[in-house]
Amino acid sequence: MKKSILTLAAFSVISLAFAQTPEERGLEIAKAAELADEGFGSSSVELKMVLKNKNGQTSERTMTTRTLELTEDGDKSLIAFGSPKDVKGTATLTYTHKVGSDDQWLYLPSIKRVKRISSNNKSGPFVGSEFAYEDLSSQEVEKYTYKFLEAKGNLLLVEQDPVDPKSGYTRRIVTYNKDKGYRIEKVEFYDRKNALLKTLTYSDYKLYKNKFWRAATFNMVNHQSNKETLLQFSDYDFGVALSEDDFSQVALQRAGR
Amino acid sequence: MMLVDTFIGSTGNTNGIMILGLPLLQYVQMKNRKVLGILCLIGFTYGFAQNDDAKKKVEHDLELEIEAEYRYFFDPGQFDGQEAHYPSLAFRPEYSASWNKGYESINAKGFFRLDRDDERTHWDIRELYYQKAKGSWELSVGLKKVYWGVIESNHLVDVINQTDAVETFDGEEKLGQPMVQFSWITNSWGTFDFFYLPYHRKRTFPGVAGRLRFGTVINQDDLGYESGAEEWRQDFAFRWKHYFGIFDVGLSHFYGNGREPLFLFEPSGAINSFYPVIHQSGLELQATHDAFLWKLESIYRHAEAQDFFALAAGLEYTFSNIDGNGLDIGILGEYLYDERDELALTALQNDVFFGSRIAFNDNADTSILIGGITDLESSSKIFSLEASRRFGSTWTVEAEARIFNAIDENELILSNFRDDSFLRIAISKYF
Repeated sequence: MKKSILTLAAFSVISLAFAQTPEERGLEIAKAAELADEGFGSSSVELKMVLKNKNGQTSERTMTTRTLELTEDGDKSLIAFGSPKDVKGTATLTYTHKVGSDDQWLYLPSIKRVKRISSNNKSGPFVGSEFAYEDLSSQEVEKYTYKFLEAKGNLLLVEQDPVDPKSGYTRRIVTYNKDKGYRIEKVEFYDRKNALLKTLTYSDYKLYKNKFWRAATFNMVNHQSNKETLLQFSDYDFGVALSEDDFSQVALQRAGR
Repeated sequence: MMLVDTFIGSTGNTNGIMILGLPLLQYVQMKNRKVLGILCLIGFTYGFAQNDDAKKKVEHDLELEIEAEYRYFFDPGQFDGQEAHYPSLAFRPEYSASWNKGYESINAKGFFRLDRDDERTHWDIRELYYQKAKGSWELSVGLKKVYWGVIESNHLVDVINQTDAVETFDGEEKLGQPMVQFSWITNSWGTFDFFYLPYHRKRTFPGVAGRLRFGTVINQDDLGYESGAEEWRQDFAFRWKHYFGIFDVGLSHFYGNGREPLFLFEPSGAINSFYPVIHQSGLELQATHDAFLWKLESIYRHAEAQDFFALAAGLEYTFSNIDGNGLDIGILGEYLYDERDELALTALQNDVFFGSRIAFNDNADTSILIGGITDLESSSKIFSLEASRRFGSTWTVEAEARIFNAIDENELILSNFRDDSFLRIAISKYF
């Protein structure tokens, strides 16, 4: 009896010392991660996507991704496909918003058409891969609610619940590395039935400009379909100094030329 | 029917090629000389870009698509000379060189088709232009393709390029248009596009052996111009495009030789056909809300011989990721209105289009588009199916079917196509 009172007292002291709920702690970590990555300005990267089906057969896609960091609202990004050759030049332009739906345009090079498309389809797969659209969109703090789960050494596990009801997930469990600029090591995705759906592992991290950690390899494994998608990034270019002009609909057409 | 309108107003040929604003090739009758021309031009750009290589980092890209196509028409031709089987080959070479971090480039795209119909056997320079972008502006000089519009079943506003109608029934294939295009992009006021169009491209029409033609074979060279300057009339166009939250807006004006020829039926019974000088104002509007796309496209066209208003309004809704595996099913509905009287090449001016787009979002990018267009005032209907998928990483297969159903005998245009239902299979290899 005495012992349990003591334990209780000890717990109270700890929680008083931190004066923080798991929700607050989780949000704090997400904000710390965002802050650690702030100020990259703009980047450009070449990307190879390897899609593997359950029999191990693979197919590849290549694309170029450009990102412009914005602090008042979400980032802007432009993705242009290089292969397969029949979709070469197909490109998307996305204006992420911290609150509300993103604005998105699609460029179809065969008829030179720019079409505003709905960003409603968050849970659908991006070009047949195991990545959903929402997995690849700019990760704004406002898009989730948080709950700190546990610390394993320098690794911090945080549960993130998507704010958007159109998300394909009930929750994600994100593993941050506190000692490496709060970079993400792993994300586990739970589907709408709260069953483990996918695991995303980040590897081959490299530090750019002495501040920004970027993984060269993303591996997404779908536990339910046994399919996998590997993303391989070639060197990030942070020296491109892109501006708003590089993220207009005119620039979208130029990228898909 | 407006689909047909688009079709009629569109047949391909290469009458003049402009490079950097200069007339380089005039129409040459001999087809092999034309082909020689295109090869020289590609060689010229290649050589130019290579010289530049030493000075700046130039990225080259050379590609080729070879397509084998087979069209089969189910019913015997209505007119003499028409066939049932049309095997065909098409070549689409592409070359681009870009430098200055991609802000400057030369882009070339050629096209050549071999077909049983002599008029469908044709070539074109789809694109051959120099482009430079700097800050808030972009300049393009040469032959280029530009698309305007939001509606799927008809393209009213899209007026810059001539349609290459012998190519496809939907009128989405275009001929390269000589132009100087200047775009000025502002953050708060949208994008302003200015076009100088120094040369007009005429349409070709199917030859004697071709399907989807009229009883009388129209020779494209017989069509004249209202303008004394003929194809060399110097034309201009302007477009403003912007978006406000969920709304995307476009306003445009075109002044010059029309892309659609006019056919005037004179009291004597003679047909006077020519390209009129037109003023065309266009409006494009789309609201994107949740999975809904609400669309409106409208034009007012003024010519000496004809004034009219046309409108298309529609809706697209997509049920996405239905099976949790990426299956998207979109439904489309559009209403098409055209005020044109007997001067119009269309018999149907009050139509409804309905369709569905099915995308599997799989490795092979399998997709299917089915649709139908029906006249609200007669029995005429056209059904269509388009499907495509990729095999391996460099092969694609496409299937297309168009069915003309219960075409009204009084249809001025469509009655010519009532026996032209067809199935098309195309296999492409990309190099």
